[in-house]
Amino acid sequence: MKAPAATGGLTREHALGLLGQMLRIRQFEDRCAELYTKEKIRGFLHLYNGEEAVAVGVMQALGPEDAVVATYREHGHALARGVPMSALMAEMYGKRTGSSMGRGGSMHVFDVARGFYGGNAIVGGCLPIAIGLALARRLGGRPGLATCFFGEGAVAEGEFHESLNLAALWRLPVLFVCENNLYAMGTALARSESVTDIRAKAVAYGMPAESVDGMDVLAVESTARQAVAAIHNGGGPRFLECRTYRFRAHSMFDAQLYRDRAEIEEWRKRGPLITLTTRCKAAGLMTEEDFQGLLRAADAEVDAAVAFAEDSDFEPVETLHRFVYAEQSA
Amino acid sequence: MNPATDDARCLSYREALREGLREALSTDSRVFLMGEDIGRYGGCYAVTKPLLAEFGEERVRDTPLSESAFVGAGIGAALGGMRPIVEIMTVNFSLLALDQILNNAATLCHMSGGQCPVPLVIRMATGAGRQLAAQHSHSFEGWYAHIPGLRIVAPATIDDARGMLAAALRSPDPVLIFEHIALLNLEGELTGGEAVVDIDHAAIRRPGRDITVLTYGASLYKCLDAARQLAAGGIELEVVDLRTLRPLDDALIMESVRRTHRVLIVDEGWRSGGLSAELGMRVVEQAFFELDAPIARVCTAEVPIPYPKHLEDAALPSAAGIAAAARAMVRREP
Repeated sequence: MKAPAATGGLTREHALGLLGQMLRIRQFEDRCAELYTKEKIRGFLHLYNGEEAVAVGVMQALGPEDAVVATYREHGHALARGVPMSALMAEMYGKRTGSSMGRGGSMHVFDVARGFYGGNAIVGGCLPIAIGLALARRLGGRPGLATCFFGEGAVAEGEFHESLNLAALWRLPVLFVCENNLYAMGTALARSESVTDIRAKAVAYGMPAESVDGMDVLAVESTARQAVAAIHNGGGPRFLECRTYRFRAHSMFDAQLYRDRAEIEEWRKRGPLITLTTRCKAAGLMTEEDFQGLLRAADAEVDAAVAFAEDSDFEPVETLHRFVYAEQSA
Repeated sequence: MNPATDDARCLSYREALREGLREALSTDSRVFLMGEDIGRYGGCYAVTKPLLAEFGEERVRDTPLSESAFVGAGIGAALGGMRPIVEIMTVNFSLLALDQILNNAATLCHMSGGQCPVPLVIRMATGAGRQLAAQHSHSFEGWYAHIPGLRIVAPATIDDARGMLAAALRSPDPVLIFEHIALLNLEGELTGGEAVVDIDHAAIRRPGRDITVLTYGASLYKCLDAARQLAAGGIELEVVDLRTLRPLDDALIMESVRRTHRVLIVDEGWRSGGLSAELGMRVVEQAFFELDAPIARVCTAEVPIPYPKHLEDAALPSAAGIAAAARAMVRREP
């Protein structure tokens, strides 16, 4: 695993930017959990709490021409990619102003204008889509790459292996980002994989791969930047394993019988927010006042997003059948 | 062949499919082909044989045996602005890609609020008749026709083999083309000068006053055989080639039923819960009071298709079986 990134070269502005992004995700999702208990948000709700450094760090390396495909735990990726928080919250409410018109909910956030292709709730199902988005860029002679985020649970799916092989075989511009939070729902990695070294699986397909501390946004960012640069240089796909941890339950129905409280507390000590804040304070890049200011700004944005979602309308039932088939010609 | 028509040419179903592919590759730089053994091998059923040499390996892409990944890659490429044509070797293998076809191709447009139409074409071989046994011989197009978001077409004629692909590529939606293996060597005249045909309507392949026969794919020719046999005895079948299995052309079907007042459905799929059941129920819903006899069905026996020829033949709809079913319907007349 790569050593922790130093703060050398890190500007105050960038540090505050990273922290602000992570705080937006944290505060947004904490409010979502509240709203879930109030039954404003229904269905499945999977929180990213603890894993924010992965989405925020990787997104720093991407440009507007790149495509992003994520899993059903994608609120963080959507926000970090620039999906407006108001549209995201409206989607959680199922309102027509939501990013997917309210059709998808928590697990299916789409924003094609920002290159965000969901929100895929079939584990492993997003990897082939990323292969195709990358292939389209190459065949169309357009710049850019495709990034797909997936959990370590996806590693057990055939589509993981098929997709890594295809990307490596065709040397496609794909950045695979495995968010290894150690549990596929409640099944620990060692209980589902004969080989628990995920990086080694990518290496087996001839793909350069790195493992990085997924709680350290600076480490994630710098490793992702190197990987993206290599992809842009025509080096084919790259694989990034981010070792991270989910602080909250898998979904709102999870009693967490499969792990110890002590384990969660141990990981919390090096959560992504505290890790960045501690280091930046020590380096004189930010103060507690800065932190509190960003927190207030995030809360204000969440308040506004909730108000927007509350004020929005539901799609009328008359349009239920819209978009089963496309309305524009090909 | 009609020498008076400049455009009329005789070619095989396979050649017609190939012409459609060649035309698509020639006219649209966004089009590319992807599938198992379509390039160097020339295609499992030799449809794509010369295309690698003509268009190169970037546009005629051999894939690993990874149905889910290359179908999913087709979906991603379609989202990314290309017009992929994915070949799945045979319909039984498509089940390995069913997740991508159903959960993504058919779903993304609606689930994303219209942001993600998937203009993907998937071609696959379907059907029995070549003694390929129980993992290469089935007809699952009726299953796929169950799924909203997909368009399902089944070319039975030379014109449709040639022209349905271009129509499918013009569609902004995923279109699955089911090419029956028993038709590949069928020779016929390419009658239309058009390189594109409509994929919205059924077609009456033989008009007749007594019984509407609803069918598609290779069963069309068995129905036409039966119609010739019965015509000698004064029974006239109206043979409807459904052409498009989703959406079904209810208007043409009911219009025919209103003239003949009898319906026989011939489907190479299994009977229970299948396309024939859907067709029959639509007739009941929309034209029940037009019927002079119970709706009848001739389907494949509900067994995995067996290897030996006599058992395979016994399992499949036959012209004799269709004719017998038709005669029984007319005999019910008081």
